[in-house]
Order: sequence, then C-alpha cells, then structure tokens
Amino acid sequence: MGYVFDYSWLGQYSGVLIKGVWLTVWLILVGATFGVALGVACAWARALGPMWLRPIVGGYVEVIRNTPFLIQLFFIFFGLASIGFQFSETTAALTAMIINLGAYGCEIIRAGIQATAKGQFEAGWSLGMSRLQTFWHVVLIPSLQRIWPALSSQIVILMLGSAVVSQIAAEDLSYAADFIQSRNFRAFETYIVATLIYLALAILLRQLLKGVGWLLFPKRSAAR
Amino acid sequence: MSLIEITEVRKSFGDNEVLKGIDLNVEPGEVIAIIGKSGSGKSTLLRCINGLETINAGSIQVAGAQLATDELHLKALRLKVGMIFQGFNLFPHKTAGQNVMLSQMVVKKTPKPEAEAMAKKMLDRVGLGHKFDAYPDELSGGQQQRVAIARALAMQPVALLCDEVTSALDPELVQEVLAVVKELAAEGMTLLMVTHEMRFARDVCSRVVFMHMGRVHEIGPPDEVFGDPKTPELRQFLGAQH
Amino acid sequence: MIEFTTWDILRNLLLAARWTVVLSLVAFTGGAIVGLAILFLRISKGKAARVFASGYIELFQGTPLLMQLFLSFFGLSLLGIEVPAWLAAGIALILWTASFLAEIWRGCVEAIPKGQWEASASLGMGRLQQMRHVILPQALKIAVPPTVGFSVQVVKGTSLTSIIGFTELAKAGQVIANATFAPFTVYGFVALIYFVLCFPLSKSSQFLERKLNVAHRNH
Repeated sequence: MGYVFDYSWLGQYSGVLIKGVWLTVWLILVGATFGVALGVACAWARALGPMWLRPIVGGYVEVIRNTPFLIQLFFIFFGLASIGFQFSETTAALTAMIINLGAYGCEIIRAGIQATAKGQFEAGWSLGMSRLQTFWHVVLIPSLQRIWPALSSQIVILMLGSAVVSQIAAEDLSYAADFIQSRNFRAFETYIVATLIYLALAILLRQLLKGVGWLLFPKRSAAR
Repeated sequence: MSLIEITEVRKSFGDNEVLKGIDLNVEPGEVIAIIGKSGSGKSTLLRCINGLETINAGSIQVAGAQLATDELHLKALRLKVGMIFQGFNLFPHKTAGQNVMLSQMVVKKTPKPEAEAMAKKMLDRVGLGHKFDAYPDELSGGQQQRVAIARALAMQPVALLCDEVTSALDPELVQEVLAVVKELAAEGMTLLMVTHEMRFARDVCSRVVFMHMGRVHEIGPPDEVFGDPKTPELRQFLGAQH
Repeated sequence: MIEFTTWDILRNLLLAARWTVVLSLVAFTGGAIVGLAILFLRISKGKAARVFASGYIELFQGTPLLMQLFLSFFGLSLLGIEVPAWLAAGIALILWTASFLAEIWRGCVEAIPKGQWEASASLGMGRLQQMRHVILPQALKIAVPPTVGFSVQVVKGTSLTSIIGFTELAKAGQVIANATFAPFTVYGFVALIYFVLCFPLSKSSQFLERKLNVAHRNH
C-alpha cells in the first residue's frame, strides 16, 4: 500500500489542539456539575415532589432520553434563535449538555432514592425533619453513593457525545480536528490523534469521578 | 487395578494448600463416605476427581481415563464419572425429561427417541416418571435432586460423585433422596459421597474416609471408624456431631 | 423562494426517516452478530482473546462515535476506494453497537449461576456445547430488556451519520431548516419523529424488565 502516515503537522497545530481540549474539558466539568445538580432536583421532584410537578418532569426526561443529543443541540442553537433566544455557540453547547445530563441523571438518581430503605425516611420524619430536610440530610448521600458508578458512566458518555458540539461551531476538540484536517489534508491521522486524546480524556475522567466518589462518600456511609 | 486411583494429589488455592497429598483407591461397587469438618478438603477432592478443579500435583485415574486439563481428556473422564451437586443445578429452562435427555444427545449424540426412552427409564428409576414434563421450578427440592441423579445416571457412568446431596434440602425431603442413593448402592453402583448423614454412612457404606486438614486422617469400614476411632481428631469430630 | 407548507416539511422528513430506520436495523443486526463474536472472545479461556475483546470494548466505548465515523470514512478512502457515506456509516455503527452489546451480554452470561457451568461440564459437555445448550438460552432471557433498551441508543446514534454526509432524518432536517428558515418547526418535527421511533422501544424495555423481575420473584 502506497500510503505513508504523516504526523509532522502535530507541532504546528498543537496550540489548536490544546485549545480544543481545553473547551472539551471545561464543557464537561461545568456541564457535569450543573447537570448532576439538575438531575438531583428532578429526581427529588419525580420521587418526592408535589403531584402536579411529577408528570412535567417525567415528560422532560422522556423527551430528552428519546431524542438524539445532536437534535437537542440544533433545537437550542438554531431553533430557539429563530424565535428570539440567541445563545453563543459555547453557551448553547453547555446548555444542551446540562439539559441532557439532567434527564439521564434524574432517572439514575431516582433509582438510587427508591432503593433507599423506607425506614430512612421514617427515621428522618420521626425526628421532626421536613420532607425536604430528610431528603437532603438523610437520603441523598447514600442514594448517590449507590448509583455513583452508573452516574459516572453517564458523565463519560456525555463527554464523548459532546464531540458533536463542533457542528454548531463550538470550538472543542473535534472542532479543532476538523479545522486541522482542512489545512493539512491529513484527515485520517488528524482524527486518529483526536480519537486517542478523547480516549485519554475518558480514562482520566473516569479516574477523576472515582476520586470525587471517595471525597463525597466517606466509607462509613456505605452501610445500608 | 482399582476403578478409581487417586495418587499423591495436591491442590492449592493461592497460598492455601487444601489437599496435601491424597492417596485413595476405590474398587468397583464400593460405597465410600467422605466425612470431615468444613474446610477439610473433602468437597475439593470430589471436584478434582471430576476435573472441576485442576490439581497441582499427583494423578487421578478413573477406569483408565486420566485426569488432564485438555477438553478431550476431561470429556473422557466425565463420561465415566457422574456428579451430583448440593444445589441440584438442574437446567431451569428445560423440563425434567429434557434435563435428562440433553447431554445424551449433545455429548453422546444419542438419537432423540433413544435418549427419550432412556430418560423415561431413569426418571422411573428415581420414582419421577410422572414428572417428565415438569419444569424444575415446579418440583420440590427432593424431586429436583432425584432428577439430577437420573440425569447423571443416563450417561451410564461407572461411578457417581455425590457432593453433600442432601445438605440443601428441608429435613422432610432428605429421606427420599437417600432412599434413591441407597438403592443405587444396592444395585452395585460405585459411589463416592461427601456427607453429613452419619447414620446413612454407617448403614450403607463399605468404607468411611475421615479427612482432616487436607489429609486422609483415618480410613476403614464404618464399624471401625464410628465404633473405634483411633485419633483424637476423629473422636472430637464424631462427638461434635450430636 | 419556494413556499413550504407544514405538510411538505413533515412529508420530506418522514421520507428521510426511512433511512434512519434502515440504518438502525443494519447497525443493530450487524452489531449483534459482531457483538456475539466479541462476547465469545471476551469470555473465552484464552488470555489473548480476552485481552483483545476487552481492548476492543474499551476502544469503542471510550471514544466518540463521531470520531469513529470520521475514521471509518477517511480510513476506508485510504484504501483507495471511493467510499459512499452509507458504507462508512454502516461499518462504524456496527462496530460501535457491537462493543456495547458484547458488554451488556457479558453481564447476562455472568449472571448465570456457576453451578450451571459445573453441572453441564460434569455431564461431559464442551465449552461451545455448554454455551449453546445451557448458558445462552438462560442468558438470552435476561438479556432482552437491556438489549431492547440499547436499541434506542442505536437509533439516536444514526443521527451522527448526517455529519459524514449520509442523508437520513437529521441531515434532512438540516437541509430543510436551511431552506425554509423555520428551524424551530423543523427541528421540533425531527425531534418528534425520533421520539416516535424511540419511545416505544424505551417503554417496552421497561415493561419487559418489570415482567422479568416479577417472574423471578415468583420462583
């Protein structure tokens, strides 16, 4: 085969790559933080919230989980802009990621809440705590701990899925790859490099989430 | 030559040596009970004979078939010895009849009508001919264990290994299984059984093996082993049984 | 400028959605076949096969589907053939789907009690016979709900093939949105069509899962 692989462009474009990596990392760190917070709020609403709120949150979760992230992104960036809500590329990307993780997180966290023994709620109430206080102080941490691995996987999936934000010209890692391959005409090598960086990011993110798990959940709360 | 020849068998799990050189020869038609505390290595020994565990040293031979790790040798060995498990391990997606037919058809390539006839015969033999079409979850524990015995017998083994076959059963179901085993013994089947049923061991077995700390600590006819234990360990073990 | 009625928009989207359905079916069927092969390697006795299979799974689950599509598209063209987008899309989606199905199914195989392996081994069955007659029939039953659930991810994953130029629902949405200057309506409809495709799959997965749990509790 005549094809010779060429990676000599790497030096010239390393700045572009690093800038792209930075946005990808920033998006997932900020997106995951707010996405999990939204997920917790929605899980509370669906499992313990007022009756009128439950079907609304349920509808939101189903719509998000049964449509592609790419279309959610287009809807927010192009669709909302056409009716007067303009966002920058980065804001639209971040918003789409938060809304997406909020829905998946909601279902995952709700499963954790439902697996928490009813006695925990009753113990909280019997001590005079309100429903919200019981949720916050008694139920939430053990529930999160139970589903942390599943939630971590979902966050990694979101990071990998965020590669499509390049399609609205948010300048993330995959946007950087698109840009570079249009200049160096070495598309295959460029995407190989980008893919390997994503793989490294996924591995690092998994480790980071494990570390966060250790910080959030000291050993003793492991008791069920 | 004995039917089963176990020579200098050693087996370790990591640093933990569970079998520390076992020698045991079993003659055709013998019924042998293996007794001992949990952790003494008795179940491991049975599992080694069937190739469910690999051995670290020594050799095991059943009617000329040598234990080795490759699938061909294992298959030859397993066709000679059947195994009955504490937890029955019936295939839940198959009826009692299909459980007995499956391995005949798959392993021995027996044609279906013959396998079916054999299955009927073997289920009759354990008193469950009428449960041919029942699924395992429709049977009691005792009935399941009897199907498991029929399933092993249908492969026409020269010996049967029984690993605590009544330990998972409710007390009222123990006797129906022991009755089947006793009948097999009377018909001349070679049996090697790990058991906690001391009275049964005393009544039915030709020899009793007492295992302690990975070794055959005492061996002999039931009268001797139960009536006149030589070592303090066996005396203590028998004392603790009541 | 041509005027588009709402019906025009919807009709064109529905026509394009046929390709989303076809591509989903191809990806899922092909992914199931490759996934089964990866599953066998993943649980085989040979160490090399196991390492290869877990490397495969790690690689395809640890990198973006979008990058896999690009690599498939540009990688195939390195071989000197003019690559149609549907081929690159099909190959990438099949390989990606396979990695997830293999992992889902491994969980199901490992959920089968060890005693089933031991009992079938003691009856003289070889490894393939054990798989074929004892393990897989049981694993299949518990594999149905998560497998159906994953099919939703496959349908949604096909939307990324629009980026390498395959004309399916998402691509048609982009084209029509640009032509009509009505992205709100168009992407709303696109989302609705995806929802109509995916929601029944999600719901039946949940229904099957509940049914299975009830059946287990009764035993």
